[in-house]
Amino acid sequence: MNAPAANTWSAYPDARGRFGDYGGRYVAETLMPLVLELDGAYQAAKADPAFQAELDDFLTHYVGRPSPLYFAERLTAHHAGNGAKGGGCARIWFKRDELNHTGAHKINNCMGQILLARRMGRTRIIAETGAGQHGVATATVCARFGLPCVIYMGATDVERQKPNVFRMRLLGAEIVPVTSGRGTLKDAMNEAMRDWVTNVEDTYYLIGTAAGPHPYPAMVRDFQAVIGREARAQMLEGAGKLPDACLASIGGGSNAIGLFHPFLEDDVRLIGIEAAGHGLTSGQHAASMTGGRPGVLHGNKTYLLQDEDGQILDAHSISAGLDYPGIGPEHAWLKDSGRAEYRTATDLEALAAFQECARLEGIIPALEPAHALARVGEIAREVGRGGDVVLNMCGRGDKDIYTVADALAGHADHPAETKL
Amino acid sequence: MSVARLDARFALCRAENRAAFVAYLMAGDPDAERSLALLCGLSVAGADVIELGFPFSDPMAEGPPIQRASLRALEAGTTLTSTLELVRRFRAGETGTPLILMGYLNPVLSYGYDRFAADAAEAGVDGLLVVDCPPEEADDLADALDPQGLALVRLAAPTTDAARLPAVVRRASGFVYYVSVAGVTGVKSAAAETVAPAVERIRAAAGGLPVAVGFGIRTPQQAAAVAQAADAVVVGSALVDTLADQGVEAALAQTSALAQAVRNARR
Ligand SMILES: Cc1ncc(COP(=O)(O)O)c(C=O)c1O
Repeated sequence: MNAPAANTWSAYPDARGRFGDYGGRYVAETLMPLVLELDGAYQAAKADPAFQAELDDFLTHYVGRPSPLYFAERLTAHHAGNGAKGGGCARIWFKRDELNHTGAHKINNCMGQILLARRMGRTRIIAETGAGQHGVATATVCARFGLPCVIYMGATDVERQKPNVFRMRLLGAEIVPVTSGRGTLKDAMNEAMRDWVTNVEDTYYLIGTAAGPHPYPAMVRDFQAVIGREARAQMLEGAGKLPDACLASIGGGSNAIGLFHPFLEDDVRLIGIEAAGHGLTSGQHAASMTGGRPGVLHGNKTYLLQDEDGQILDAHSISAGLDYPGIGPEHAWLKDSGRAEYRTATDLEALAAFQECARLEGIIPALEPAHALARVGEIAREVGRGGDVVLNMCGRGDKDIYTVADALAGHADHPAETKL
Repeated sequence: MSVARLDARFALCRAENRAAFVAYLMAGDPDAERSLALLCGLSVAGADVIELGFPFSDPMAEGPPIQRASLRALEAGTTLTSTLELVRRFRAGETGTPLILMGYLNPVLSYGYDRFAADAAEAGVDGLLVVDCPPEEADDLADALDPQGLALVRLAAPTTDAARLPAVVRRASGFVYYVSVAGVTGVKSAAAETVAPAVERIRAAAGGLPVAVGFGIRTPQQAAAVAQAADAVVVGSALVDTLADQGVEAALAQTSALAQAVRNARR
């Protein structure tokens, strides 16, 4: 694939919603006029200073932005000590989006989209959720604006993310457990699409990651790019220079693209970490770019886990938020063109990093950023002393404590770190 | 053959001043042998056109009946390759009835557009209908199907307004499929009086191509009502449910009843 000129990365997608060969709008004709209308409405909102001002105001006073950029001194020292030569390790910084209202980056996008839905006169909101973080964030903004909210959630995820299910109900949302497929995120997304195609008059589909038919990948990215804009300014202020690398976990790709996007035209390495589940060779993972190939699902062309016949495979990750067989199309393009790198971390590596971060920094991360934490040591050593690495701490781990407790009970004989 | 087989069949129905009856079934549901038995009995039972679904793991536009059919077919090991094999076996005994494949884009993309077009034409397929491939994304696929004489059947929906309609029917061939309700298959049905004006509008925009109407049509009464205005009436979920609950013979009996109702609708 042809890479664009170095200074035009952020000009994509094109008018058809394409990032190179990826993206587009692969939806049923019934939805196509709605998707086009959404695109028009979003372009108008984006250009309207009043919309931006309203969004900024809510981000400041309701979400709690800007989130801090924090120097993780003890984690840095720990990895410096682990270095082959010892001490040759970059400084590790956390972009603390886990401090946002509702505990993850998801609300940045929900706030933007709910204001857009109101502007469009929509009166009913639907969403899919995996970990429940996007569901909680959607239910939250719906409560705030008094709009009815229906959340589709795989039955498996309803089981493993109980605290978030309870939270969503408290916030007044209706939860629909989805039993088709394996009952995880992709099945929830199918069911949300079925709702949307049935309720075309009044319903707004608030997609939670940077995927789906255009304009969703670009729109969600734009709303999440506040992460990268802040981090860039904070690094310049705190360290007097840009970071050498940015690091984020990859589910559908929204927290990662939000961090990466404002750095696309800088000399900064961008590294996404996919979930390798039980291992890439086990067939039970969620690493669509590392272990999949291009195809079409959920409205966009992108990397997918699929069999020879083009049937989509079920993903696996201990982290419900990463348990998706696809990836936003912009990442697919950044991978092929070499502008970003993608690596993986297994369930066990994420579990170990989860505990390490809790003990060393007093921050209990979500299992999603724990995948990025699992690779941050090796990347900080690659960058080396005097360098800076920014990791997107995109969620806090309260929702995961039962999952982690269960996993640790099942691995009682695992290395010392994993014993509580 | 191919588009020509569709054109010939619609010309025949028009000469008889009646709508065509289009029967949908899922390839490999519940297994290859029973689905072949059903396929081979359909034209005798009165189906004018056959729409053969090929399964997909994530059938986003289907309601529960076709979702379940898709699952049964996948569990029986059905693939796009085995679907083409089914068509080949069907064509060994039946050459007059047009057959189009219907499904989602990813299996076709994974097969490769050019290879698919060649193999489908060779197997005796006459056209393809892809639910999640709107006209904006369809040119590459149409470019592959055209040289083989295969129709890429276009879909119009209640949400398709007058401004958009010309783009939807651009490069249309065979017929245009009007999804008569906003929704998934097999759940809601359209009010009969909304169908006629939509069919008129689409037929005019598509330069007189036949317009088939589907989604939510289950009974002979409903089929007959739609057949007043439409050039073809499509029934899917109802047949798929009967096949699952009562078997091949019952599904063929239901096909006869539906086809009869469509034939007699304008008498
Ligand atoms: C905390 C957190 N991080 C990451 C993700 C993965 O999504 P994305 O890749 O879109 O950021 C989720 C999804 O639920 C999440 O809750």
